[in-house]
Amino acid sequence: MSDVMNTARVALVGNPNSGKTALFNALTGSRQKVANYPGVTVERKEGSVTTPAGCRALILDLPGTYSLRARSPDEMVTRDVVLGQLEGEAPPDVLVCVADATNLRLVLRLVMELKQVGRPLVLVLNMFDIAERQGIRIDLEGLGQALDVPVVTTVAVRKRGLDALLHEVDRFAGQTAGSITWHQPSAGEIRAAHLAAERILKTHVKPPLRPDTFTGKLDGLLLHPVAGTLILFAILFLMFQAVFTWAGPAMDLIDASFSQIGEWVGAALPEGLLYSFIVDGIIAGVGSVVIFLPQILILFFFIILLEDFGYMARAAFLMDKMMGVAGLHGRAFIPLLSSFACAIPGIMSARVIDNKRDRLTTILVAPLTTCSARIPVYTLIIAAFIPPREVYGMSLQGLVMLGLYGAGISSALIVAFIIRRILWRSASEPFLIELPAYKTPDAWNVLRGVWQRGQIFLQRAGTTIFAMMVLIWVLATFPYAPVAATEPAINYSFAGMIGHAMLPIFAPIGFNWEMSVALIPGMAAREVAVGALGTVYSIAGENEAGLAATLAAKWSLASALAFLAWYVFAPQCMATLGVVKRETGSWFWMWVMFFYMTGLAYIAALITYRTALAFGAG
Amino acid sequence: MRLSVLEIGGKGIVCGLDVSGHGGDVEEAELERRLLEMGFVEGAAVQVLHEGLFGRDPIAVKLDDMRVALRRREADAILLETAP
Repeated sequence: MSDVMNTARVALVGNPNSGKTALFNALTGSRQKVANYPGVTVERKEGSVTTPAGCRALILDLPGTYSLRARSPDEMVTRDVVLGQLEGEAPPDVLVCVADATNLRLVLRLVMELKQVGRPLVLVLNMFDIAERQGIRIDLEGLGQALDVPVVTTVAVRKRGLDALLHEVDRFAGQTAGSITWHQPSAGEIRAAHLAAERILKTHVKPPLRPDTFTGKLDGLLLHPVAGTLILFAILFLMFQAVFTWAGPAMDLIDASFSQIGEWVGAALPEGLLYSFIVDGIIAGVGSVVIFLPQILILFFFIILLEDFGYMARAAFLMDKMMGVAGLHGRAFIPLLSSFACAIPGIMSARVIDNKRDRLTTILVAPLTTCSARIPVYTLIIAAFIPPREVYGMSLQGLVMLGLYGAGISSALIVAFIIRRILWRSASEPFLIELPAYKTPDAWNVLRGVWQRGQIFLQRAGTTIFAMMVLIWVLATFPYAPVAATEPAINYSFAGMIGHAMLPIFAPIGFNWEMSVALIPGMAAREVAVGALGTVYSIAGENEAGLAATLAAKWSLASALAFLAWYVFAPQCMATLGVVKRETGSWFWMWVMFFYMTGLAYIAALITYRTALAFGAG
Repeated sequence: MRLSVLEIGGKGIVCGLDVSGHGGDVEEAELERRLLEMGFVEGAAVQVLHEGLFGRDPIAVKLDDMRVALRRREADAILLETAP
């Protein structure tokens, strides 16, 4: 047989929480590739394994679903791949339906749908050890005969039963597919299938002798209206703390490493264009993105841990009402919370939201929450303009900071509310989720998941975001300042020209030309604006106290407040825009975000400036 | 009796779905199929386990041998008869 004949394509299908991804990890180990299906944001995970017969099998991990009747983009991918109708994707040779052996009720109906696809099908009862421990007695032979499908038992996290599964793959690999008889089931057909599944279940599966009482007991606490909500906030607080503070040392280390690399490389290069491109453009540019890696890894560690434990569905349950006030789905709170650290992991974690519109709304508002990169800008302006007075026993500077945070989160909720009510008024996504039984997370699977998130982020940093960083360097570097230049070089560059050209636009909101020039390199990341202001005012080094004093002397209070208002809303971060492009799979939504945030920033700064002027702060 | 009116501990057997008043025809048919796919089928045993903090919404129910969370708005479409 030729090589082509020897490669079997296997697609893993199953309900959410069936341990499908754990089985995928157990089968393929480190031989995995994560990419996106073309044109959609759905992740495509493929890995390879050698079967007992010596064939190569390509395993495709499809998004979890209860039905082939697709509702979300993820489920559409599952349906189209299973039916062999996804463009650019070879039809699978063998379908493997993965089931949680302790929770077979819904998956049997999915098996019946999958049988209509006409491709060889294997049913895997995963987590079989838990079923045995609970004393669930499954008549495997009878079940297989009733469904007319071979049944295999596995324990993915212990790598048990994999050979038996691959043996079935070998047996089916050469078979040609039959005809597709699947069609969208009507309500009546779903009812009939449930009845049939129920009958099979009654005959071949005896209920547990020692049912899982742990989940019920723990839910009594974790879903308690008051205690459960408090515990959720405690967990969120811990996550926020971890992302915010634990990541600090690692971020400092990355920062220092990139400066060091810059110095080493710089020492080997002559002063000039190449030096500037490599040190200021590439190394500093990549460094300013990679610095977010620790936050992303820590955040996803918590998210994947809680997801595998079975807590995420509970958190969505507890938060649904509060998020619902703003028209957001219960699951949207994790992305919004993460965005306090950085909008990039926040937007990436919006993947936990199934519905496309809910996910888009969440992505669009996530950057409005106050990310940590705004803090250097806020502290600089506050230190320069807000007197260190006490108001009612509280520090005025602290109150202004708190107000800026409040403005961020409330604007995110208000914008979400407006998007849902005006743009997508008719679509109210039902909240209907399974609360899976609690399970001990498998360390290896959690770490693999975290590592994959990190890889995806670094790939992105290496492509889209990096390209944007280089663009900003070009704008801030060319053309050169004339030999007899009296002003800082940046003023003669494209960035300077753009800043000057935009001055008529920014003048009504109280910005001078130095501020509008600083906005261009500030697009690299918000905190870069601080350094850029230092550059345009020719303040040597990172002396923020000196810079604050200069700003206090050169800006009016009204301009400073307008600058703060601008930074609450403005999309001053290329990396975020790049991630939005990547996660939504379209330039359109990236521009929507850019324009609506810029519009909000402009209006907010205008109102702030005019109000401050009216109060004599000019 | 509708599932939406039950309090914690309240139980019943699903005897039908009534999705009228849940949006247009498309949304209604979609909601019915989703509820069916999640296991809210005639004959399924339901018991309310937990309620949310505000407005006692959403609710978590035991549905046969699994647990499902849903809003009272959706629960309103589920008709119950008293458990034997």
